Amino acid sequence: MKIMVAIKRVIDYAVKIRVKPDKSGVETKNVKMSMNPFCEIALEEALRIKESGMASEVVAVSMGPTQCVDTLRTGLAMGADRGIHVEATGALLPLSVARLLRALVEVEEPGLLILGKQAIDDDCNQTGQMVAGLLNWPQGTFASKVVLDKEKQAVTVDREVDGGLETLCLDLPAVITTDLRLNQPRYATLPNIMKAKSKVIKKFSPQDLNVEIKSDLEVVQVTEPPKRKAGVIVSSVDELIDKLKNEANVI
Amino acid sequence: MQNWGRTRRFLIYPAVNFLNNRRSNPIAANPVFNSAFGLANHRDSPLYSESEKSNLHTCFHSLRDKVVETGIRSAIRFQHRGFGSDATKIQRNPLFSTLNSEDISYFKGVLGEKNVIQDEERLLTANTDWMHKYRGSSKLLLQPRSTEEVSQILKYCNSRSLAVVPQGGNTGLVGGSVPVFDEVVINVSLMNNIISFDKVSGILVCEAGCILENLITFLDTQGYIMPLDLGAKGSSQIGGNVSTNAGGLRLVRYGSLHGNVLGLEVVLANGDVLDMLGTLRKDNTGYDLKHLFIGSEGSLGIVTKVSILTPPKLSAVNVAFLACKDYFSCQKLLVEAKWKLGEILSAFEFLDNLAMDLVLNHLEGVRNPLPPSLHSFYVLIETTGSDEAYSKEKLEAFLLHAMGAGLITDGALAQDINQASSFWLIREGLPEALMKAGAVYKYDLSLPIENMYNLVEEMRIRLGESATVVAYGHLGDGNLHLNISTPQYEDKILAQIEPYVYEWTSKHRGSISAEHGLGLMKANEIFYSKPTNVVHLMGSIKKALDPKGILNPYKVLPHSLSSSS
Ligand SMILES: Cc1cc2nc3c(=O)[nH]c(=O)nc-3n(C[C@H](O)[C@H](O)[C@H](O)COP(=O)(O)OP(=O)(O)OC[C@H]3O[C@@H](n4cnc5c(N)ncnc54)[C@H](O)[C@@H]3O)c2cc1C
Repeated sequence: MKIMVAIKRVIDYAVKIRVKPDKSGVETKNVKMSMNPFCEIALEEALRIKESGMASEVVAVSMGPTQCVDTLRTGLAMGADRGIHVEATGALLPLSVARLLRALVEVEEPGLLILGKQAIDDDCNQTGQMVAGLLNWPQGTFASKVVLDKEKQAVTVDREVDGGLETLCLDLPAVITTDLRLNQPRYATLPNIMKAKSKVIKKFSPQDLNVEIKSDLEVVQVTEPPKRKAGVIVSSVDELIDKLKNEANVI
Repeated sequence: MQNWGRTRRFLIYPAVNFLNNRRSNPIAANPVFNSAFGLANHRDSPLYSESEKSNLHTCFHSLRDKVVETGIRSAIRFQHRGFGSDATKIQRNPLFSTLNSEDISYFKGVLGEKNVIQDEERLLTANTDWMHKYRGSSKLLLQPRSTEEVSQILKYCNSRSLAVVPQGGNTGLVGGSVPVFDEVVINVSLMNNIISFDKVSGILVCEAGCILENLITFLDTQGYIMPLDLGAKGSSQIGGNVSTNAGGLRLVRYGSLHGNVLGLEVVLANGDVLDMLGTLRKDNTGYDLKHLFIGSEGSLGIVTKVSILTPPKLSAVNVAFLACKDYFSCQKLLVEAKWKLGEILSAFEFLDNLAMDLVLNHLEGVRNPLPPSLHSFYVLIETTGSDEAYSKEKLEAFLLHAMGAGLITDGALAQDINQASSFWLIREGLPEALMKAGAVYKYDLSLPIENMYNLVEEMRIRLGESATVVAYGHLGDGNLHLNISTPQYEDKILAQIEPYVYEWTSKHRGSISAEHGLGLMKANEIFYSKPTNVVHLMGSIKKALDPKGILNPYKVLPHSLSSSS
């Protein structure tokens, strides 16, 4: 069985985000870009499944500008066998990504498609669900545990839901989206970085896949959340009570 | 929607845990750790042997957990006695006066009620060093808000012969930042304003009480960084950094504070304000006296303002964590890194397997980056450049070459900032891990790199089973942090270590203090690294600037010198 994993290149989780002065989006120039943390977890899970002998190949897919190749290289250095880059400029919203993924699934025919539950840049949390819908595959979202049963051709997924954990059993092929607790991704070690050098990244364009990139969504404006006012240190209980009474008007 | 909110928190929580380590060091930034402790019942502490307990030592050591347990209230006062080299008892200088109520009124008149602190708990914090190893019994902490106030209180203290201890973030590791007896503690933490920043030249002028991390955060918004970075950045003040001439993790790239500090404003013991606050890179007019104060550990004056040259923040930072089979390979790797990484090399740190073992066992949230087993040596290399693709390619090529040449046996390259932070945590978390492991004897040595590790091996043989000898440090600068970890402090073990370590260092023409200073711990050991006539000249300078010796007494210079004068 082949596993396909979608990995997205996003602004590094640790970078302080700055909104562009014209409010058209966030500043990405000269900003550190990395693999979306949830995607890292998705890839790690795929690698573990392969290492346990339940899958034969892990294919990493990334979509977007040329630099997505760097993200794919990271994926290959973690252990993915090959990469696919769908080169597209401009905004790629979840439905477009889901359509591209469906097209790639038709080419690659994986038994399992794993994605992060959301990307930390737009926080959409939609792509996995949409692609499952388009493919008409069962989906296990927010997975915190994944157990594969090769004989039954099924996968059991524990998902984190509001009330606790829900366990689903999905027939393969299926879509899984990963939550933070699923695993701790590995580092890219030097021997693996070296091996990754000779791995193949295949390039597609949306046209190659017969997908038209269009969207019914329009970003009107991006603004920073309002700044929190600095706190004050009061010198006595009396002052505190006075402030609560007369300034905050809460007592 | 709700679900989204909840899971989002999951993401933030563990990730922040890692990140914090680089951004704000959990050790230094943790207020509990910094302020609460219990010297309490130290005689009952498992860290003290029976003989220690009966000796009624005044120094104490207790760990964070202990602290919370025992609480501050139950604290019992002991007279001071330092561990470390300071085995001989120090006498309080009888020429110093003791505080009286008139002094307090005077200080209140100058500083206002609020900044004249006599509160027991706050004094306990100010009296105790970061390692909980040195403790004074000061009854007064002063917090001036301006140079003028510092000047007035020093002038007064000088006229009254009241001894003082300048204190910054109190993260010093040699007992220099806390009183030995009842010296008045002067802390400039309220002087924490940024005065100016020139975006063209990168020159920052600020007050001495600015916390290093706050300066780093401020500069980040301007596109610049501080030329120094260290594990204690969350608490240490720039005035303290300058006064200890702190080295830290980026010295290999940006050089020492003697090069980066462009000017200082300093208040002398008699209250005179020396305005040497230049903002020029070049200024050869007479003796460059600011250098006297850089690294003088508060013994010549109180630093009130600092002008410092800051480098631009370059966007391409990469961190690799590597394993080497022996010390020789680490050295060769360093030489290669200098040649092959050249201008992008920004840190070259090392630790040995026992250091790694300690961190893995005592620090939360740390995992072995190169599992499954431990390697003999680890090296952390950081590169900083202006072009991500260029830097990464250069670093990768270097690492793969070094691997091919057998200099490194394994390694990992951080793929994002989070991973880079977790590599740094291993190196930066070592002081905290050592604190958690029990008692620790710390030596901060400059040695010729080629035989630096021989000392570590000799110490292992000397101490045998009785102690764990842990080594790490700034290999790129030839700076070894030799740490001897034991379950408890024992005179017997100390006698095995000192003066042996100092003699060994001296024999190899090293320095017994690479970057931490001499403080109280090594004041008497200065001769191991400096000739007698040089030390005497230092004494004359001290005498000229501080004739009554009120500034940080018993520290830096040998006690023989100060008592004879
Ligand atoms: C976890 C940890 C990691 C560390 N890593 C490093 C490292 O990598 N490199 C390194 O060099 N050091 C390191 N140190 C040691 C220490 O942090 C530094 O020496 C630091 O610069 C001290 O700053 P501080 O503000 O805490 O000063 P303090 O500890 O308060 O004082 C240190 C000395 O400076 C004097 N002093 C303080 N402020 C002033 C002032 N305004 N005017 C005059 N004198 C003053 C004090 O009297 C004292 O002698 C580390 C310490 C810890 C706890």
